[in-house]
Amino acid sequence: MTSPIVEMKNIEKHFGSVIALAGVSFSVMPGEVHCLLGDNGAGKSTFIKTMSGVHKPSKGEIFVDGQKQVFESPRDAMNSGIATVHQDLAMIPLMSITRNFWLGREPVKKFGPISYFDHKYANEVTMEEMSKMGINLREPDQAVGTLSGGERQTVAIARAVYFGAKVLILDEPTSALGVRQTSNVLSTMDKVRKKGVGVVFISHNVRHAMAVGDRFTVLNRGKTLGTAKKGEITAEELQDLMAGGQELASLEASLGGTV
Amino acid sequence: MGGVSASLSSMQTEGNKMSDLAVESADERVKKISLISRLMKRPELGAIAGLALVTIFFLFTADSKMFTLAGIMNFMTPAAQLGILAIGAALLMIGGEFDLSVGSMVAFTGLIFGAAMVTFDLPLFAAIIVTFMAAAAMGALNGQIVIRTGLPSFIVTLAFLFILRGLSLVGLKAATGGSTQLRGIRQEFEGSWLAEFFSGEAFTPLFYWLAESGWIDTFKSGKPKVDGIPVDIIWFLLLALVATWVLLRSRYGSWIFAAGGDSNAASNSGVPVRKVKMYLFMFTACCAALVAILTVMDAGSTDARRGFQKEFEAIIAAVIGGCLLTGGYGSAIGAFFGSIIFGMVLIGLSYTNIDQDWYLVFLGSMLLIAVLFNNMIRKRVTGER
Repeated sequence: MTSPIVEMKNIEKHFGSVIALAGVSFSVMPGEVHCLLGDNGAGKSTFIKTMSGVHKPSKGEIFVDGQKQVFESPRDAMNSGIATVHQDLAMIPLMSITRNFWLGREPVKKFGPISYFDHKYANEVTMEEMSKMGINLREPDQAVGTLSGGERQTVAIARAVYFGAKVLILDEPTSALGVRQTSNVLSTMDKVRKKGVGVVFISHNVRHAMAVGDRFTVLNRGKTLGTAKKGEITAEELQDLMAGGQELASLEASLGGTV
Repeated sequence: MGGVSASLSSMQTEGNKMSDLAVESADERVKKISLISRLMKRPELGAIAGLALVTIFFLFTADSKMFTLAGIMNFMTPAAQLGILAIGAALLMIGGEFDLSVGSMVAFTGLIFGAAMVTFDLPLFAAIIVTFMAAAAMGALNGQIVIRTGLPSFIVTLAFLFILRGLSLVGLKAATGGSTQLRGIRQEFEGSWLAEFFSGEAFTPLFYWLAESGWIDTFKSGKPKVDGIPVDIIWFLLLALVATWVLLRSRYGSWIFAAGGDSNAASNSGVPVRKVKMYLFMFTACCAALVAILTVMDAGSTDARRGFQKEFEAIIAAVIGGCLLTGGYGSAIGAFFGSIIFGMVLIGLSYTNIDQDWYLVFLGSMLLIAVLFNNMIRKRVTGER
C-alpha cells in the first residue's frame, strides 16, 4: 500500500486539567475516505482541530508526506494541503457562487495598470468544477443562499479540491442535511476520493460512514478504540464501539431497533 | 430517474446511484428564470423604480421649467453633493459598517481646508492634500477603533458625530477670533489652475458652441442659459462609475461584499477583512472631504453647520439604493439614483404649489418603503422562504 499523506502519532491534547485527547493515532491514505466516528464529546472536534492547525498538540507528532510538521496556524496546515470544510462552511449567502468559490483567490486580468476580476474565466471554471461534482448550475451568478445545504457543502468541497487540497477534512457534513442531500454529499466525497484526495469524514452517523468509508476509526473519551477496514466490521459493531456497548444495547432493545 | 441520468453519460461511468440523484435534483424543479425576475434581483431596482415614480409625479405637478436643462442642473447639484457622500456610505454599508460622522466630517474638513488656505496661507494644491490627509486620518481612527474594540460602528461614529462637530466649532472660533464662519476663501484660490477641477462649471466651451448652434436655450444676449455642467455633478458621475466598477469588476468588490456578508467566513477564506474595512472608513471620510472642498469653494466661506444631518441623508440614499442595513448587499449605482431622487424632491417641490416642508415627510416615508422593499429583495436573492 502507498504511504499516508498525513500521519498523526500519539496525539495528546490537554486543556488545563482536562485531557481531551489521550494518545490518538490516525492516518490518511491518498484516495481513501477515512471515517472518524465518535459520540458527542469523544474528542472528534479537538482532534481535527489539531489536524487543521487550530490547536497545537500537547504531545505527539504530525507527519505530512513523511515529513514531520508543526502547524502554528490553520494557514500552515492549508499550505501543507490540509483543507477543512467546517460546519459553518465559510460561505457568504448573499454572494454569487462564483464569487464564493474564488473568494480570497480571485483570478485577475491586467489591463494596463488596472487589474480586474476575470469573471468569464472564473464562471467557466466554477461551472466546470461544480458539474464534475454532479451539480449543474443554472447560472454561476446565483447567490449561494439559493442553494440547498448539500449543494453548499459541495461548493465548499469543490473549492477546496480545486485549490489543491491533498487531504480534505469534512466536519459533520451530513449532520444537518436531509436524506437526498446527504446522498449528494456522500457521492461528492466518492468523486473526491477518485481524484486521489484523502478524505477525513467526521460523523456520528454509522450508516453515512458505512456508505462511503474505506477505514473507520472510533474515538471514545479521547482514545482510539481501533481502526477497522471496510468489510472487517459491521454497522452494529461500530455503533456499539461509539456508545460504549452495553447500555446502548439495552436501550435499543427497549426502543425496538438500531438507533 | 433513468431518463434524466441517461443524458448525462459522464456521470454514468461511475455507476453511482447517488450521483444520479444529484443530477436529478439539480435539474428537474428548476424553472427557467425570466428577465424580469433576473432584474428583480438587482439591488438598484428599487431606486430606479423610485426615480421613475418621482419623475412622473413632477412631470404632472411641477412647472415645466423643472425639466429644462437649467432646471435639471438645479436639482442635480444638491443631488451630486449628497450623492458623493451616499456613494461612500453605500460602500461602507456593503462592507458591513456605518459612518454617522460624515456630516460632521464635512464641517471638520471644511474647517481644515479653509484654515489651511486663509490662516496658514497654503496654496490650493497643498490645502487640498492636507484636507484629504486629515480626512483619511480621521477615517482611519474611526476604523481602527471599530476594528480593535469590536464595538458597533454605529456607536463609535455617533461619538465622532459630536466630537467632529465640536472640533469644527472650536476650531472655527480659534481661526476667526470668535466667529463660526470663516470667510475670504475665494480670493485665496482665484487664478489657480487647480480651482477649475473643484469649482464652477465644466465643458463651458461646448455649451457655448451648443448655444450658437441653437441646440440649447439661450438668453437674449446669445449667452447660453446653462454655460456648463457644475463640477460637482462630474465628480458625482465619476465616483459612481468608479465605485460601481470596483464593486462589480474588481476583486476588491468581492472582498467588500464578503466583509459585510460574513466577516468570519471572509477572513477564513483569506480576505483581509480588517484592511478592507479600514480603507472603507478612510474612503468614506475622503468623500466627505471632497464634498467639503467643493461646497466651500463654491460658497467662498465655511461654517460650523456645513454638512448638518447629511450623514442620515447619505445613509437613506444608500438604503433607497438597495443597501441592506446588515451589510453584504447593495450597489453604488443604487445610491447614485437614490441621491437623484433626493435632489429632485428637494428642489422639485419649489416648482409646485406643494409646501416644501413635505420634503421631510417624504424622506421618512422613502426610507421606510425602501427598507421593506430591500428585505423582500433579499429574500428573493437568497431564496429564503
